[in-house]
Formats: sequence, C-alpha cells, structure tokens
Amino acid sequence: MLEAKDLYKSFGSIKAVNGISFSVAKGEVLGFLGPNGAGKTTTMRMLTGFLPPASGTATVCGHDMLSNPVEAKAQIGYLPENAPAYDSMTVENFLKFSAEIRGYRGKELQTKVETAMERCQLRDVQRQTIHTLSKGYRQRTCFAQAVLSDPPVLIMDEPTDGLDPNQKHTVRKMIKEMSSNKAIIISTHILEEVEAVCTRAIIINKGCIVANGTPDELKKKSDTGRLDDVFRSLTIGREESK
Amino acid sequence: MRSLMNIATIFKRELKSYFEAPVAYVFMVVFLVLIGALTFMWPGFPLFERGVADLASFFAWIPIVYLLLVPASTMGLWAEEQRTGTIELLLTMPITLGDAIIGKFLAAWLFIVIGLALTFPVIITVNYLGDPDMGVIFCGYIGAALLAGCYVAVGLFTSATTKSQVISFVLSLTICFILVMAGTPFITNLFSEWAWVITVVSTLSFWTHFESIQRGVLDMGDIIYYLSVMTFMIFATYIVIDNRKSA
Repeated sequence: MLEAKDLYKSFGSIKAVNGISFSVAKGEVLGFLGPNGAGKTTTMRMLTGFLPPASGTATVCGHDMLSNPVEAKAQIGYLPENAPAYDSMTVENFLKFSAEIRGYRGKELQTKVETAMERCQLRDVQRQTIHTLSKGYRQRTCFAQAVLSDPPVLIMDEPTDGLDPNQKHTVRKMIKEMSSNKAIIISTHILEEVEAVCTRAIIINKGCIVANGTPDELKKKSDTGRLDDVFRSLTIGREESK
Repeated sequence: MRSLMNIATIFKRELKSYFEAPVAYVFMVVFLVLIGALTFMWPGFPLFERGVADLASFFAWIPIVYLLLVPASTMGLWAEEQRTGTIELLLTMPITLGDAIIGKFLAAWLFIVIGLALTFPVIITVNYLGDPDMGVIFCGYIGAALLAGCYVAVGLFTSATTKSQVISFVLSLTICFILVMAGTPFITNLFSEWAWVITVVSTLSFWTHFESIQRGVLDMGDIIYYLSVMTFMIFATYIVIDNRKSA
C-alpha cells in the first residue's frame, strides 16, 4: 500500500537519507528504528509529501507523491513529531477543521469528529483550547486528527514520545486495534515498543537501511538474542558495542 | 472545485483564529482610535478647520496607519506555522500549497477590510457636517481596500521568510514604508535632476496610485497596479515556502 522507492535527501553536505527503499502492506505495522539523526524524520517527511526528495519517490495506494500529491496525501494520516496543533483552537474545532479539509461536510463531518474524539478519549477536553492541554492530550488530539478519516495508510513519528506509561499503553492499544485494515509506520527509538506492536522492523543508520525483518528475525542476528544488542551492533559498529 | 473548497476551509480557519485571540480586538481598537484621532485632530490637516466636508485627511492617513496595523496582523500567517510546526500538518493534508497561501491571504485581507468598514462613523460625520461627494468617498474606500490587499500581500511574503513574528513585522513595515515613501515629494525631490528616475520610482509607489484614487478617479491602470503587486507577492510567497521546506 505504501512504497518508498530509492529516496535520497541531503541538507547541505550532510546526506540525511541515502537511498532508502521499502514497502509496507496492509495489516503490517512497520517499526522504523534508528539512533537520533539517522534520517527517520526526514524519510517520513518525504513519504508524507512534506519534503520533496532529491531523487526517488513514494507511492501511496497507487498514487505517486510527486506527480499526484493531493490524491496521495488523501490516503495518509500523519502524526508529525512533537504533535503540532493550532494552539488557539479548541480540540473540537481543530478536528472539525481537519475533517473539513479532508472533504467532509455537514452530518458526516460531525459523525467523523465525534467518533475520533470518542476513540481517542478526548471527550473531557473537547471544548478546551489546545495550548491548555497536557502533553498526553495534545498527542491524542493530533493522533485523532490523523485517524479521523480512517485512512488506509498511517504514518506516526514517535507517537509515544513524552507520554507516561499508561498513555503509552493506550496509544499502543489503539495502534494494534487499527492495524488489521491499514498499513502503519511508526518511528521510535524505544525498542520495547517494537516488540509490543510491530510486525516488522527496519533499522536505519546514517541514512541507509541496515536491517529489515520481523522482530524475531532481528533478534537472531545477535548472539544474546536481545533487540538492544542488535540495534547497538548495527548502528555503532561491532567494535564499539562491546 | 475541490481547490475552491480547500481555500474556503483555510480561509475560515484563519479568519476565525484572528477573533479567537484578543490580539485582533486590540489591533482593531488601536486602528480605529489612531485613524479617528489623526483624521479629526492632527494639526495642519484637520477636518474641522478646512471648512470642506470631505474625507481627504482620512484617506491621506490611511497608508500611514496601515503601516502599523497590517504588518501586525499578517506577521503570524506563516511565521507561527513554522515556529510551532503546524506547517508540517497543513502541508501534508490533501491540499496544494497554493490553496493554503490564497486562503490565508484572503482571510488577512478581509480582516483589514473589516477594520476599514468599521470606520463608517467618519462618513456619517461628514454627511452631518455638510454635503460631501459620496462618489469620491466610495472611490476612496475601494482604493483603501485595494491598498490593504497590497500591504497584506507584502506581510504574507515576509511572514513566509522567517519563524519569528517580530522579524516579519519589521521587514514588512520597512518594505511597505519604502513603497509608500517612494512616491512622496520627500523622495522624488532627491531625483529632481533625472525626470525618468522620478517616473520609475513613483510609478512603483503605493502613494502615487493611491493619490489618484483618493481624488475620485478609479483608473484601470491603478487597479492593475494593485492587482499586480498582490499577484507578485503571493507568487514570491509560494517560492519562498516551497524552497524553505526543501532546504
């Protein structure tokens, strides 16, 4: 459903993303792992059409992101890093705005917003302005915006970053519930998260894919059978990791 | 069609966001107080002492008062989106960059035009005092609305160049100030030796084109000038944002 084809991107002399290709099928939850600065966010920004790649492209449900961006973007729900949202709006109005921009009107719009608020447990804060929300509510508001239109592809950049353990649990549960009929990508550097929700994981380092497989397959790459050790050995080299 | 609906959605959100924050009301009040005070009380330009019931002094102050009001109300258009990261949300929604820019531009423009419309008591006043030429006043308001569009387009552009609202404010104030002053005797006298320089500089100025409209002449040339300034600035905004996000 989502395919990245040979993506390249550099900022000045830094090669942020250096030839990344992969695909995600329906029903898969792909974990996107890598140390800070490995190119996770840049890759996601290219997949969602925010950044134009220097070369390569992404296709979403058959729509090419470069030649047909509006159609391609319509298939994606995106939760950017740090959950940005319009601070002066109330939660409800913000969700109404995102529903409207995705083409919903009238009764249908109302239903979509209600469902999203119900699903992400935002009822208590629906009339609060976003800048008064705690981190957890803010994250869920932005999450609600992403899942509102029930898009076939969901891309989330560090969806559990900065949440308390209970909130993390809730978000993971929501991801799992939705995974059956969607293609989902989540980026993270929390390895336990990969084991908890992902069906497959990709590890990237310095803009290149260094491993791609199910969590169990990845674990076998290390003598100890622990994901931490695989991650360390692949991203900082075998010598240093010992 | 789809594009028009998107523009309308962005436009509505942006216009609402002005009135969700107290800043909008502050701007409006300051604008109305300033323009009212300057029109009626500024020494040497007073409406009362000239003995003519018209709005010449009102329209003469418009380009100056806009210098404060417009940059202040446009500075957040893109700067705030870039600072808080909502630009990433906005531009990954199924819309084009053009839809977003036009929606924001129209919202900010309408906001200023609302402010302008709220100056209606001055029309009532001059009608009470005498028998003004309403055609000239109507023309003046059309001119003032078009001029507002140009200021807004400049502000939209400077807001796109930075994450900081303060920088955007100062930049657009400076650009608009230069564009206004270029047509006044203050600047044109500097080039009194070279007539063609005067022509070039003053045709590019907001002031020159606004002056003729104030006199009640709605010239096609002036309207085309205003529309081209807006188009140019909107286009420049597009290029700036398109480049910033790929940088």
